[in-house]
Amino acid sequence: MSGGDARPPSKPPAIGPEQVAHVARLARLELSDDELTRFTGQLAAALAYAAEIGELEVEDLEPMAHPLPLHNVLRDDEPEPTLDRDTVLAEAPAAEDRRFRVPRILGDEP
Amino acid sequence: MNGAAIALADAVRSGTRSARESVEESLQKIATGDHEIHAFLEVLADQALERADEIDRVVASGSDPGRLAGVPVALKDNLCTTGIPTTCSSRILEGWRPPYDATVVERLRAAGAIPIGKTNMDEFAMGSSTENSCSGPTRNPHDHDRVPGGSSGGSAAAVAAGFVPVALGSDTGGSIRQPAALCGVVGMKPTYGVVSRYGLIAFASSLDQIGPLSATVGDAALMLEVIGGHDRRDSTSLDAPAPDVLSAVEAGVEGKRIGLVTELVEDTAPEVAARVREAAEALGSAGALVEEISIPQFRYGLAAYYLIAPAEASSNLARFDGVRFGLRVDAPDVAAMNVATRTAGFGAEVKRRIMLGTYALSAGYYDAYYAKAQRVRTLVADGFALAYLRFDALLGATTPTTAFGIGDRTEDPLAMYLSDSCTVPANLAGHPAISVPFGGDELGLPVGVQVMAPALGEPTLFAVAGAVERAAPARAGGRR
Repeated sequence: MSGGDARPPSKPPAIGPEQVAHVARLARLELSDDELTRFTGQLAAALAYAAEIGELEVEDLEPMAHPLPLHNVLRDDEPEPTLDRDTVLAEAPAAEDRRFRVPRILGDEP
Repeated sequence: MNGAAIALADAVRSGTRSARESVEESLQKIATGDHEIHAFLEVLADQALERADEIDRVVASGSDPGRLAGVPVALKDNLCTTGIPTTCSSRILEGWRPPYDATVVERLRAAGAIPIGKTNMDEFAMGSSTENSCSGPTRNPHDHDRVPGGSSGGSAAAVAAGFVPVALGSDTGGSIRQPAALCGVVGMKPTYGVVSRYGLIAFASSLDQIGPLSATVGDAALMLEVIGGHDRRDSTSLDAPAPDVLSAVEAGVEGKRIGLVTELVEDTAPEVAARVREAAEALGSAGALVEEISIPQFRYGLAAYYLIAPAEASSNLARFDGVRFGLRVDAPDVAAMNVATRTAGFGAEVKRRIMLGTYALSAGYYDAYYAKAQRVRTLVADGFALAYLRFDALLGATTPTTAFGIGDRTEDPLAMYLSDSCTVPANLAGHPAISVPFGGDELGLPVGVQVMAPALGEPTLFAVAGAVERAAPARAGGRR
Protein backbone atom coordinates (compact mmCIF):
# COMPACT_ATOMS: atom_id res chain seq x y z
CA MET A 1 0.00 0.00 0.00
CA SER A 2 2.88 2.35 0.72
CA GLY A 3 3.90 2.28 -2.93
CA GLY A 4 7.35 1.78 -4.35
CA ASP A 5 9.15 4.05 -1.92
CA ALA A 6 11.03 1.58 0.28
CA ARG A 7 12.56 4.14 2.62
CA PRO A 8 10.13 5.65 5.12
CA PRO A 9 10.64 9.37 5.62
CA SER A 10 12.55 9.95 8.85
CA LYS A 11 10.36 12.96 9.55
CA PRO A 12 6.83 12.55 8.23
CA PRO A 13 5.00 15.74 7.18
CA ALA A 14 2.83 17.51 9.73
CA ILE A 15 -0.76 16.31 9.90
CA GLY A 16 -3.46 18.61 8.48
CA PRO A 17 -7.25 18.83 8.78
CA GLU A 18 -7.84 16.73 5.66
CA GLN A 19 -5.81 13.84 7.06
CA VAL A 20 -7.49 14.13 10.46
CA ALA A 21 -10.90 13.96 8.74
CA HIS A 22 -9.73 10.89 6.80
CA VAL A 23 -8.42 9.17 9.93
CA ALA A 24 -11.70 9.93 11.72
CA ARG A 25 -13.59 8.22 8.90
CA LEU A 26 -11.32 5.17 9.14
CA ALA A 27 -11.96 5.06 12.91
CA ARG A 28 -15.73 5.47 12.39
CA LEU A 29 -15.92 8.80 14.19
CA GLU A 30 -17.64 11.96 13.06
CA LEU A 31 -16.01 15.28 13.98
CA SER A 32 -17.65 18.68 14.20
CA ASP A 33 -15.76 21.59 12.59
CA ASP A 34 -14.64 22.70 16.05
CA GLU A 35 -13.35 19.26 16.92
CA LEU A 36 -11.57 18.98 13.61
CA THR A 37 -9.65 22.20 14.27
CA ARG A 38 -8.86 21.33 17.88
CA PHE A 39 -7.85 17.71 17.21
CA THR A 40 -5.67 18.70 14.25
CA GLY A 41 -3.57 20.97 16.49
CA GLN A 42 -3.41 18.43 19.30
CA LEU A 43 -2.56 15.48 17.06
CA ALA A 44 0.09 17.53 15.27
CA ALA A 45 1.69 18.33 18.64
CA ALA A 46 1.62 14.67 19.72
CA LEU A 47 3.09 13.54 16.39
CA ALA A 48 5.79 16.21 16.49
CA TYR A 49 6.77 14.90 19.91
CA ALA A 50 6.71 11.31 18.65
CA ALA A 51 8.89 12.35 15.70
CA GLU A 52 11.77 12.68 18.20
CA ILE A 53 12.34 8.99 17.73
CA GLY A 54 12.54 9.51 13.96
CA GLU A 55 16.15 10.63 14.44
CA LEU A 56 17.20 7.40 16.17
CA GLU A 57 19.26 4.81 14.32
CA VAL A 58 17.38 1.68 15.33
CA GLU A 59 16.97 -0.12 12.00
CA ASP A 60 19.18 -2.99 13.17
CA LEU A 61 17.00 -3.61 16.24
CA GLU A 62 14.15 -6.11 16.12
CA PRO A 63 10.69 -4.58 16.55
CA MET A 64 9.22 -5.63 19.92
CA ALA A 65 5.53 -6.39 19.71
CA HIS A 66 5.27 -7.98 23.10
CA PRO A 67 7.30 -8.24 26.31
CA LEU A 68 7.10 -12.04 26.58
CA PRO A 69 8.85 -14.63 24.44
CA LEU A 70 5.52 -16.33 23.74
CA HIS A 71 5.13 -19.57 21.89
CA ASN A 72 1.92 -21.23 20.91
CA VAL A 73 0.51 -23.88 23.24
CA LEU A 74 -2.46 -25.97 22.20
CA ARG A 75 -4.86 -27.23 24.82
CA ASP A 76 -6.92 -30.39 24.56
CA ASP A 77 -10.05 -29.80 22.55
CA GLU A 78 -12.59 -30.49 25.28
CA PRO A 79 -16.03 -28.91 25.21
CA GLU A 80 -16.83 -26.80 28.26
CA PRO A 81 -19.56 -24.35 29.18
CA THR A 82 -19.31 -20.83 27.75
CA LEU A 83 -21.20 -17.67 28.69
CA ASP A 84 -24.96 -18.12 28.85
CA ARG A 85 -26.47 -16.91 25.60
CA ASP A 86 -29.56 -15.30 27.13
CA THR A 87 -27.52 -13.45 29.77
CA VAL A 88 -25.24 -12.05 27.08
CA LEU A 89 -28.11 -11.08 24.78
CA ALA A 90 -29.93 -9.40 27.67
CA GLU A 91 -27.11 -6.82 27.70
CA ALA A 92 -27.18 -6.21 23.95
CA PRO A 93 -28.71 -3.00 22.58
CA ALA A 94 -31.12 -5.12 20.52
CA ALA A 95 -31.74 -8.85 20.10
CA GLU A 96 -34.15 -10.97 18.10
CA ASP A 97 -34.56 -14.76 17.77
CA ARG A 98 -31.67 -15.23 20.25
CA ARG A 99 -29.32 -13.24 18.03
CA PHE A 100 -27.90 -9.71 18.01
CA ARG A 101 -30.19 -7.46 15.97
CA VAL A 102 -28.63 -4.71 13.82
CA PRO A 103 -30.00 -2.21 11.31
CA ARG A 104 -29.79 -2.88 7.59
CA ILE A 105 -26.30 -3.92 6.49
CA LEU A 106 -26.64 -3.74 2.70
CA GLY A 107 -28.23 -0.62 1.23
CA ASP A 108 -30.60 -0.40 -1.72
CA GLU A 109 -28.01 1.55 -3.65
CA PRO A 110 -24.57 0.25 -4.72
CA MET B 1 4.34 -6.23 58.50
CA ASN B 2 1.41 -4.42 60.05
CA GLY B 3 -0.53 -3.61 56.92
CA ALA B 4 -4.13 -2.54 57.46
CA ALA B 5 -5.47 -5.35 55.26
CA ILE B 6 -3.17 -7.94 56.80
CA ALA B 7 -4.19 -6.92 60.33
CA LEU B 8 -7.85 -6.75 59.40
CA ALA B 9 -7.88 -10.20 57.78
CA ASP B 10 -6.05 -11.64 60.80
CA ALA B 11 -8.64 -10.13 63.14
CA VAL B 12 -11.56 -11.46 61.08
CA ARG B 13 -10.03 -14.93 60.73
CA SER B 14 -9.39 -15.18 64.46
CA GLY B 15 -12.88 -13.91 65.27
CA THR B 16 -11.75 -10.79 67.18
CA ARG B 17 -13.48 -8.57 64.63
CA SER B 18 -16.44 -9.29 62.37
CA ALA B 19 -16.39 -8.85 58.62
CA ARG B 20 -19.68 -6.97 59.01
CA GLU B 21 -18.04 -4.36 61.26
CA SER B 22 -15.22 -4.00 58.77
CA VAL B 23 -17.61 -3.48 55.86
CA GLU B 24 -19.86 -1.14 57.86
CA GLU B 25 -16.87 1.01 58.76
CA SER B 26 -15.79 1.25 55.14
CA LEU B 27 -19.32 2.08 53.96
CA GLN B 28 -19.64 4.70 56.69
CA LYS B 29 -16.41 6.43 55.63
CA ILE B 30 -17.50 6.41 51.99
CA ALA B 31 -20.90 7.83 52.93
CA THR B 32 -19.32 10.70 54.86
CA GLY B 33 -16.35 11.46 52.64
CA ASP B 34 -16.92 10.44 49.06
CA HIS B 35 -19.27 13.24 48.05
CA GLU B 36 -16.14 15.45 48.14
CA ILE B 37 -13.62 13.00 46.67
CA HIS B 38 -15.77 11.15 44.12
CA ALA B 39 -13.59 8.04 44.16
CA PHE B 40 -16.54 5.70 43.56
CA LEU B 41 -18.86 5.33 40.58
CA GLU B 42 -20.88 2.64 42.32
CA VAL B 43 -20.98 1.48 45.94
CA LEU B 44 -22.12 -2.10 46.51
CA ALA B 45 -23.49 -1.68 50.04
CA ASP B 46 -26.09 -4.48 50.13
CA GLN B 47 -23.94 -7.07 48.37
CA ALA B 48 -20.95 -6.24 50.55
CA LEU B 49 -22.92 -6.58 53.78
CA GLU B 50 -24.43 -9.86 52.59
CA ARG B 51 -21.01 -11.19 51.73
CA ALA B 52 -19.64 -10.00 55.09
CA ASP B 53 -22.32 -11.99 56.92
CA GLU B 54 -21.37 -15.07 54.89
CA ILE B 55 -17.72 -14.60 55.88
CA ASP B 56 -18.71 -14.24 59.53
CA ARG B 57 -20.71 -17.47 59.33
CA VAL B 58 -17.69 -19.26 57.87
CA VAL B 59 -15.56 -18.02 60.78
CA ALA B 60 -18.25 -19.05 63.31
CA SER B 61 -18.33 -22.53 61.81
CA GLY B 62 -14.61 -22.90 62.46
CA SER B 63 -13.50 -22.71 58.82
CA ASP B 64 -11.04 -20.27 57.27
CA PRO B 65 -12.60 -17.78 54.84
CA GLY B 66 -9.22 -16.93 53.28
CA ARG B 67 -6.21 -14.66 53.42
CA LEU B 68 -8.21 -11.48 52.79
CA ALA B 69 -11.16 -12.42 55.01
CA GLY B 70 -13.48 -9.47 55.47
CA VAL B 71 -11.18 -6.96 53.76
CA PRO B 72 -13.12 -4.33 51.77
CA VAL B 73 -11.62 -3.87 48.30
CA ALA B 74 -12.25 -1.14 45.74
CA LEU B 75 -12.16 -2.18 42.07
CA LYS B 76 -11.27 0.02 39.14
CA ASP B 77 -14.25 0.19 36.81
CA ASN B 78 -12.48 -1.54 33.92
CA LEU B 79 -12.58 -4.85 35.82
CA CYS B 80 -15.61 -6.95 34.94
CA THR B 81 -17.95 -7.78 37.80
CA THR B 82 -20.90 -10.12 37.24
CA GLY B 83 -24.17 -8.21 37.13
CA ILE B 84 -22.54 -5.00 38.39
CA PRO B 85 -22.23 -2.07 35.98
CA THR B 86 -18.73 -1.87 34.50
CA THR B 87 -18.33 1.30 32.47
CA CYS B 88 -14.64 2.27 32.13
CA SER B 89 -16.04 5.75 32.94
CA SER B 90 -17.37 5.84 29.39
CA ARG B 91 -20.80 6.71 28.06
CA ILE B 92 -20.41 3.91 25.54
CA LEU B 93 -20.63 1.31 28.35
CA GLU B 94 -23.10 3.11 30.61
CA GLY B 95 -25.30 0.58 32.38
CA TRP B 96 -23.61 -2.48 30.88
CA ARG B 97 -23.57 -5.42 33.29
CA PRO B 98 -20.88 -8.00 32.49
CA PRO B 99 -21.96 -11.64 32.46
CA TYR B 100 -18.74 -12.72 34.21
CA ASP B 101 -16.14 -11.75 36.82
CA ALA B 102 -12.57 -10.86 35.90
CA THR B 103 -10.16 -13.54 37.13
CA VAL B 104 -8.69 -11.11 39.69
CA VAL B 105 -12.18 -10.42 41.09
CA GLU B 106 -12.88 -14.15 41.30
CA ARG B 107 -9.60 -14.69 43.17
CA LEU B 108 -10.23 -11.82 45.59
CA ARG B 109 -13.69 -13.20 46.38
CA ALA B 110 -12.28 -16.69 46.85
CA ALA B 111 -9.77 -15.29 49.36
CA GLY B 112 -12.58 -13.71 51.40
CA ALA B 113 -12.12 -10.12 50.19
CA ILE B 114 -15.28 -8.05 49.83
CA PRO B 115 -15.71 -5.83 46.74
CA ILE B 116 -17.12 -2.59 48.13
CA GLY B 117 -17.45 -0.56 44.94
CA LYS B 118 -16.25 0.37 41.47
CA THR B 119 -13.88 3.31 41.21
CA ASN B 120 -13.65 6.27 38.90
CA MET B 121 -10.96 6.37 36.19
CA ASP B 122 -9.92 8.15 33.04
CA GLU B 123 -12.17 6.84 30.27
CA PHE B 124 -10.80 3.46 29.10
CA ALA B 125 -7.73 4.17 31.29
CA MET B 126 -6.59 6.92 28.92
CA GLY B 127 -5.30 9.75 31.04
CA SER B 128 -3.13 10.73 33.99
CA SER B 129 -5.56 12.73 36.12
CA THR B 130 -8.97 10.96 36.27
CA GLU B 131 -10.43 14.09 34.66
CA ASN B 132 -11.33 12.19 31.46
CA SER B 133 -14.29 10.51 33.13
CA CYS B 134 -17.86 10.79 31.87
CA SER B 135 -18.97 11.21 35.47
CA GLY B 136 -16.57 14.00 36.40
CA PRO B 137 -13.16 14.10 38.09
CA THR B 138 -11.96 12.48 41.30
CA ARG B 139 -10.27 14.84 43.76
CA ASN B 140 -6.97 14.30 45.54
CA PRO B 141 -7.71 13.63 49.24
CA HIS B 142 -4.64 15.72 50.20
CA ASP B 143 -5.90 18.79 48.34
CA HIS B 144 -9.33 18.78 46.77
CA ASP B 145 -8.32 21.30 44.10
CA ARG B 146 -5.72 18.90 42.74
CA VAL B 147 -5.97 15.74 40.67
CA PRO B 148 -5.39 12.29 42.19
CA GLY B 149 -3.42 11.25 39.11
CA GLY B 150 -4.71 8.56 36.80
CA SER B 151 -5.93 6.60 35.26
CA SER B 152 -6.58 4.58 38.47
CA GLY B 153 -7.28 7.84 40.35
CA GLY B 154 -10.46 6.58 42.00
CA SER B 155 -8.69 3.53 43.44
CA ALA B 156 -5.73 5.61 44.66
CA ALA B 157 -7.98 8.24 46.23
CA ALA B 158 -10.15 5.57 47.89
CA VAL B 159 -7.07 4.16 49.64
CA ALA B 160 -5.59 7.60 50.44
CA ALA B 161 -8.89 8.79 51.96
CA GLY B 162 -9.00 5.67 54.13
CA PHE B 163 -12.24 4.40 52.54
CA VAL B 164 -10.65 1.00 51.90
CA PRO B 165 -7.30 -0.51 52.89
CA VAL B 166 -6.66 -1.92 49.40
CA ALA B 167 -7.81 -1.50 45.81
CA LEU B 168 -7.07 -2.79 42.34
CA GLY B 169 -6.04 -0.68 39.39
CA SER B 170 -4.54 -1.28 35.96
CA ASP B 171 -1.25 0.08 34.67
CA THR B 172 -0.56 0.55 30.95
CA GLY B 173 1.93 3.43 31.14
CA GLY B 174 1.89 4.21 34.87
CA SER B 175 -1.82 4.22 35.68
CA ILE B 176 -1.32 2.50 39.06
CA ARG B 177 2.03 3.99 40.12
CA GLN B 178 1.43 7.60 39.05
CA PRO B 179 -1.86 8.07 41.01
CA ALA B 180 -0.37 6.14 43.93
CA ALA B 181 2.52 8.64 44.03
CA LEU B 182 0.23 11.67 43.76
CA CYS B 183 -2.08 10.34 46.49
CA GLY B 184 0.65 9.13 48.87
CA VAL B 185 -0.13 5.40 48.71
CA VAL B 186 1.65 2.28 47.47
CA GLY B 187 0.94 1.20 43.88
CA MET B 188 2.45 -1.82 42.16
CA LYS B 189 2.61 -3.01 38.55
CA PRO B 190 3.55 -6.69 38.27
CA THR B 191 5.70 -8.32 35.58
CA TYR B 192 3.66 -8.63 32.39
CA GLY B 193 1.87 -11.99 32.51
CA VAL B 194 1.99 -12.51 36.30
CA VAL B 195 -1.61 -11.33 36.74
CA SER B 196 -4.37 -12.54 34.41
CA ARG B 197 -5.97 -9.90 32.22
CA TYR B 198 -9.11 -11.99 31.72
CA GLY B 199 -12.01 -9.62 32.38
CA LEU B 200 -9.88 -6.48 32.23
CA ILE B 201 -11.35 -4.31 29.48
CA ALA B 202 -8.37 -3.91 27.17
CA PHE B 203 -6.60 -0.61 26.46
CA ALA B 204 -3.19 -1.67 25.07
CA SER B 205 -2.90 -5.43 25.40
CA SER B 206 0.89 -5.75 25.25
CA LEU B 207 1.29 -3.22 28.09
CA ASP B 208 -1.75 -3.62 30.41
CA GLN B 209 -1.26 -5.23 33.82
CA ILE B 210 -3.58 -5.29 36.84
CA GLY B 211 -2.02 -4.56 40.22
CA PRO B 212 -2.71 -3.47 43.80
CA LEU B 213 -2.90 -0.07 45.50
CA SER B 214 -2.62 -0.04 49.28
CA ALA B 215 -1.51 1.93 52.30
CA THR B 216 1.49 -0.33 52.92
CA VAL B 217 3.99 -2.40 50.94
CA GLY B 218 3.00 -5.51 52.91
CA ASP B 219 -0.63 -5.18 51.88
CA ALA B 220 0.38 -4.81 48.23
CA ALA B 221 2.44 -8.00 48.56
CA LEU B 222 -0.47 -9.95 50.03
CA MET B 223 -2.78 -8.68 47.27
CA LEU B 224 -0.31 -9.76 44.57
CA GLU B 225 -0.01 -13.24 46.08
CA VAL B 226 -3.81 -13.55 45.97
CA ILE B 227 -4.42 -12.22 42.43
CA GLY B 228 -1.28 -13.54 40.70
CA GLY B 229 -0.58 -16.88 39.06
CA HIS B 230 -1.45 -18.73 35.88
CA ASP B 231 -4.89 -18.45 34.32
CA ARG B 232 -5.73 -20.54 31.28
CA ARG B 233 -8.31 -17.98 30.17
CA ASP B 234 -5.56 -15.41 29.42
CA SER B 235 -3.23 -16.66 26.69
CA THR B 236 -0.53 -14.20 27.81
CA SER B 237 -0.63 -15.42 31.41
CA LEU B 238 2.72 -16.88 32.50
CA ASP B 239 2.64 -20.55 33.33
CA ALA B 240 3.86 -20.04 36.90
CA PRO B 241 2.37 -19.66 40.36
CA ALA B 242 2.00 -16.22 41.99
CA PRO B 243 5.36 -14.88 43.18
CA ASP B 244 6.24 -15.36 46.84
CA VAL B 245 6.60 -11.74 47.95
CA LEU B 246 5.10 -11.23 51.40
CA SER B 247 8.13 -12.81 53.07
CA ALA B 248 10.41 -10.53 51.02
CA VAL B 249 9.01 -7.27 52.40
CA GLU B 250 11.11 -7.45 55.56
CA ALA B 251 14.07 -9.27 54.03
CA GLY B 252 16.17 -6.09 53.91
CA VAL B 253 18.57 -4.84 51.25
CA GLU B 254 21.94 -5.89 52.70
CA GLY B 255 24.33 -6.32 49.78
CA LYS B 256 21.69 -5.55 47.14
CA ARG B 257 23.02 -3.51 44.21
CA ILE B 258 20.69 -0.62 43.48
CA GLY B 259 21.03 1.78 40.56
CA LEU B 260 19.77 5.33 40.91
CA VAL B 261 18.62 6.22 37.39
CA THR B 262 19.93 9.68 36.41
CA GLU B 263 17.07 10.30 33.94
CA LEU B 264 14.47 9.53 36.61
CA VAL B 265 15.98 12.10 38.97
CA GLU B 266 17.26 14.93 36.77
CA ASP B 267 14.08 15.30 34.75
CA THR B 268 11.91 15.84 37.82
CA ALA B 269 10.94 18.80 40.03
CA PRO B 270 13.66 19.73 42.58
CA GLU B 271 11.69 18.56 45.60
CA VAL B 272 10.84 15.25 43.95
CA ALA B 273 14.50 14.75 43.01
CA ALA B 274 15.55 15.58 46.59
CA ARG B 275 13.24 12.92 48.08
CA VAL B 276 14.49 10.30 45.62
CA ARG B 277 18.12 11.05 46.52
CA GLU B 278 17.22 10.79 50.22
CA ALA B 279 15.61 7.40 49.57
CA ALA B 280 18.79 6.28 47.80
CA GLU B 281 20.90 7.39 50.76
CA ALA B 282 18.59 5.60 53.17
CA LEU B 283 18.95 2.38 51.18
CA GLY B 284 22.72 2.83 51.35
CA SER B 285 22.51 3.18 55.12
CA ALA B 286 20.42 0.01 55.21
CA GLY B 287 23.28 -1.91 53.62
CA ALA B 288 22.56 -1.65 49.90
CA LEU B 289 25.26 -0.73 47.39
CA VAL B 290 23.82 2.31 45.65
CA GLU B 291 25.35 3.87 42.56
CA GLU B 292 24.03 6.25 39.94
CA ILE B 293 23.49 4.99 36.40
CA SER B 294 22.40 6.80 33.28
CA ILE B 295 19.96 4.97 31.00
CA PRO B 296 19.64 7.46 28.14
CA GLN B 297 17.27 5.13 26.26
CA PHE B 298 14.58 5.99 28.84
CA ARG B 299 14.24 9.47 27.31
CA TYR B 300 12.75 7.92 24.15
CA GLY B 301 10.33 5.66 25.98
CA LEU B 302 7.49 8.14 26.22
CA ALA B 303 7.44 8.99 22.50
CA ALA B 304 7.40 5.28 21.62
CA TYR B 305 4.71 4.65 24.21
CA TYR B 306 2.43 7.33 22.79
CA LEU B 307 2.51 5.58 19.41
CA ILE B 308 2.31 1.96 20.58
CA ALA B 309 -0.45 2.37 23.18
CA PRO B 310 -2.80 4.37 20.90
CA ALA B 311 -2.13 1.94 18.04
CA GLU B 312 -3.18 -1.02 20.18
CA ALA B 313 -6.09 0.98 21.60
CA SER B 314 -7.42 1.88 18.15
CA SER B 315 -7.64 -1.82 17.42
CA ASN B 316 -9.02 -2.89 20.85
CA LEU B 317 -11.70 -0.19 20.87
CA ALA B 318 -13.03 -1.24 17.46
CA ARG B 319 -15.25 -3.66 19.40
CA PHE B 320 -17.37 -0.77 20.65
CA ASP B 321 -19.62 -0.61 17.63
CA GLY B 322 -23.13 -0.57 19.12
CA VAL B 323 -23.82 -4.21 18.21
CA ARG B 324 -23.18 -6.41 21.23
CA PHE B 325 -22.99 -4.29 24.39
CA GLY B 326 -23.46 -0.83 25.76
CA LEU B 327 -24.71 2.19 23.88
CA ARG B 328 -26.38 2.17 20.47
CA VAL B 329 -27.40 5.32 18.64
CA ASP B 330 -29.92 4.27 16.00
CA ALA B 331 -29.35 4.99 12.32
CA PRO B 332 -30.83 3.58 9.10
CA ASP B 333 -27.91 1.28 8.33
CA VAL B 334 -25.23 -0.48 10.34
CA ALA B 335 -22.27 1.65 9.22
CA ALA B 336 -24.07 4.88 10.13
CA MET B 337 -25.11 3.29 13.44
CA ASN B 338 -21.44 2.45 14.20
CA VAL B 339 -20.37 6.04 13.53
CA ALA B 340 -23.25 7.62 15.47
CA THR B 341 -22.68 5.31 18.46
CA ARG B 342 -18.93 5.84 18.66
CA THR B 343 -19.23 9.59 18.10
CA ALA B 344 -21.75 9.94 20.95
CA GLY B 345 -20.18 7.31 23.23
CA PHE B 346 -16.46 8.18 23.34
CA GLY B 347 -15.02 11.24 25.07
CA ALA B 348 -12.45 13.60 23.53
CA GLU B 349 -9.28 11.91 24.83
CA VAL B 350 -10.42 8.47 23.68
CA LYS B 351 -11.19 9.88 20.23
CA ARG B 352 -7.74 11.54 20.11
CA ARG B 353 -5.98 8.31 21.00
CA ILE B 354 -8.02 6.22 18.57
CA MET B 355 -7.16 8.67 15.79
CA LEU B 356 -3.49 8.88 16.78
CA GLY B 357 -3.31 5.07 16.74
CA THR B 358 -5.23 4.73 13.48
CA TYR B 359 -2.87 7.25 11.90
CA ALA B 360 0.27 5.53 13.23
CA LEU B 361 -0.95 2.25 11.77
CA SER B 362 -2.20 3.60 8.45
CA ALA B 363 -0.63 2.94 5.07
CA GLY B 364 2.37 5.16 4.42
CA TYR B 365 2.95 5.99 8.08
CA TYR B 366 3.22 2.52 9.61
CA ASP B 367 7.00 2.26 9.14
CA ALA B 368 7.78 5.82 10.19
CA TYR B 369 5.68 5.66 13.34
CA TYR B 370 4.50 2.27 14.57
CA ALA B 371 7.33 0.04 13.39
CA LYS B 372 9.88 2.61 14.52
CA ALA B 373 8.24 2.80 17.95
CA GLN B 374 8.45 -0.98 18.26
CA ARG B 375 12.20 -0.83 17.57
CA VAL B 376 12.55 1.91 20.17
CA ARG B 377 10.71 -0.40 22.56
CA THR B 378 13.55 -2.89 22.02
CA LEU B 379 16.03 -0.04 22.61
CA VAL B 380 14.45 0.70 26.01
CA ALA B 381 14.40 -3.01 26.92
CA ASP B 382 18.11 -3.20 25.95
CA GLY B 383 18.81 -0.22 28.22
CA PHE B 384 17.25 -2.09 31.12
CA ALA B 385 19.14 -5.29 30.26
CA LEU B 386 22.48 -3.48 30.37
CA ALA B 387 21.61 -1.86 33.70
CA TYR B 388 20.58 -5.18 35.22
CA LEU B 389 24.00 -6.62 34.45
CA ARG B 390 25.24 -4.35 37.23
CA PHE B 391 22.20 -3.93 39.46
CA ASP B 392 19.51 -5.99 41.20
CA ALA B 393 17.00 -3.14 41.20
CA LEU B 394 16.66 0.42 39.95
CA LEU B 395 15.43 3.51 41.74
CA GLY B 396 13.96 6.80 40.54
CA ALA B 397 11.00 9.11 40.81
CA THR B 398 7.53 7.82 39.97
CA THR B 399 6.35 11.17 38.61
CA PRO B 400 8.06 14.35 37.37
CA THR B 401 5.98 16.51 39.75
CA THR B 402 3.64 16.23 42.73
CA ALA B 403 -0.13 16.50 42.19
CA PHE B 404 -1.14 19.25 39.74
CA GLY B 405 -4.30 21.34 39.78
CA ILE B 406 -7.62 20.18 38.38
CA GLY B 407 -7.93 21.66 34.89
CA ASP B 408 -4.23 22.58 34.61
CA ARG B 409 -3.39 20.14 31.82
CA THR B 410 -6.75 19.30 30.23
CA GLU B 411 -6.32 21.70 27.30
CA ASP B 412 -2.83 20.46 26.49
CA PRO B 413 -2.83 16.68 25.96
CA LEU B 414 0.93 16.59 25.42
CA ALA B 415 1.59 18.21 28.83
CA MET B 416 -0.67 15.52 30.33
CA TYR B 417 1.24 12.76 28.50
CA LEU B 418 4.52 13.99 30.02
CA SER B 419 3.16 12.97 33.47
CA ASP B 420 3.96 9.38 32.47
CA SER B 421 7.61 9.88 31.50
CA CYS B 422 9.06 8.06 34.55
CA THR B 423 6.67 5.13 34.50
CA VAL B 424 6.42 4.01 30.85
CA PRO B 425 9.85 2.33 30.59
CA ALA B 426 8.76 -0.54 32.89
CA ASN B 427 5.59 -1.08 30.82
CA LEU B 428 7.51 -1.14 27.55
CA ALA B 429 9.89 -3.77 28.93
CA GLY B 430 7.14 -5.68 30.79
CA HIS B 431 9.03 -5.39 34.08
CA PRO B 432 7.64 -5.05 37.63
CA ALA B 433 7.72 -1.64 39.34
CA ILE B 434 6.28 -0.12 42.48
CA SER B 435 5.73 3.38 43.84
CA VAL B 436 6.27 3.91 47.57
CA PRO B 437 5.36 7.17 49.36
CA PHE B 438 8.46 9.00 50.55
CA GLY B 439 7.83 12.34 52.24
CA GLY B 440 6.39 15.34 50.45
CA ASP B 441 7.01 18.72 48.91
CA GLU B 442 6.76 22.14 50.59
CA LEU B 443 2.98 22.07 50.38
CA GLY B 444 2.83 18.67 52.02
CA LEU B 445 1.84 16.96 48.79
CA PRO B 446 3.08 13.36 48.62
CA VAL B 447 6.14 12.27 46.64
CA GLY B 448 6.46 8.71 45.32
CA VAL B 449 9.73 6.84 44.91
CA GLN B 450 9.75 4.19 42.21
CA VAL B 451 11.55 0.87 42.47
CA MET B 452 11.99 -1.29 39.38
CA ALA B 453 13.29 -4.84 38.98
CA PRO B 454 13.89 -7.25 36.09
CA ALA B 455 11.09 -9.49 34.80
CA LEU B 456 9.92 -11.80 37.61
CA GLY B 457 12.11 -9.88 40.07
CA GLU B 458 9.10 -9.28 42.35
CA PRO B 459 10.80 -10.66 45.50
CA THR B 460 13.71 -8.20 45.06
CA LEU B 461 11.26 -5.43 44.21
CA PHE B 462 9.32 -5.94 47.43
CA ALA B 463 12.49 -6.23 49.53
CA VAL B 464 13.68 -2.84 48.27
CA ALA B 465 10.19 -1.31 48.53
CA GLY B 466 9.93 -2.51 52.13
CA ALA B 467 13.24 -0.84 52.96
CA VAL B 468 12.15 2.41 51.29
CA GLU B 469 8.92 2.33 53.30
CA ARG B 470 10.76 1.80 56.61
CA ALA B 471 13.04 4.78 55.85
CA ALA B 472 10.27 7.12 54.67
CA PRO B 473 10.02 10.44 56.51
CA ALA B 474 6.73 11.91 57.63
CA ARG B 475 5.21 14.52 55.34
CA ALA B 476 5.30 18.09 56.62
CA GLY B 477 2.03 20.00 56.43
CA GLY B 478 0.07 17.08 55.00
CA ARG B 479 -3.63 17.04 55.66
CA ARG B 480 -3.59 13.48 56.86
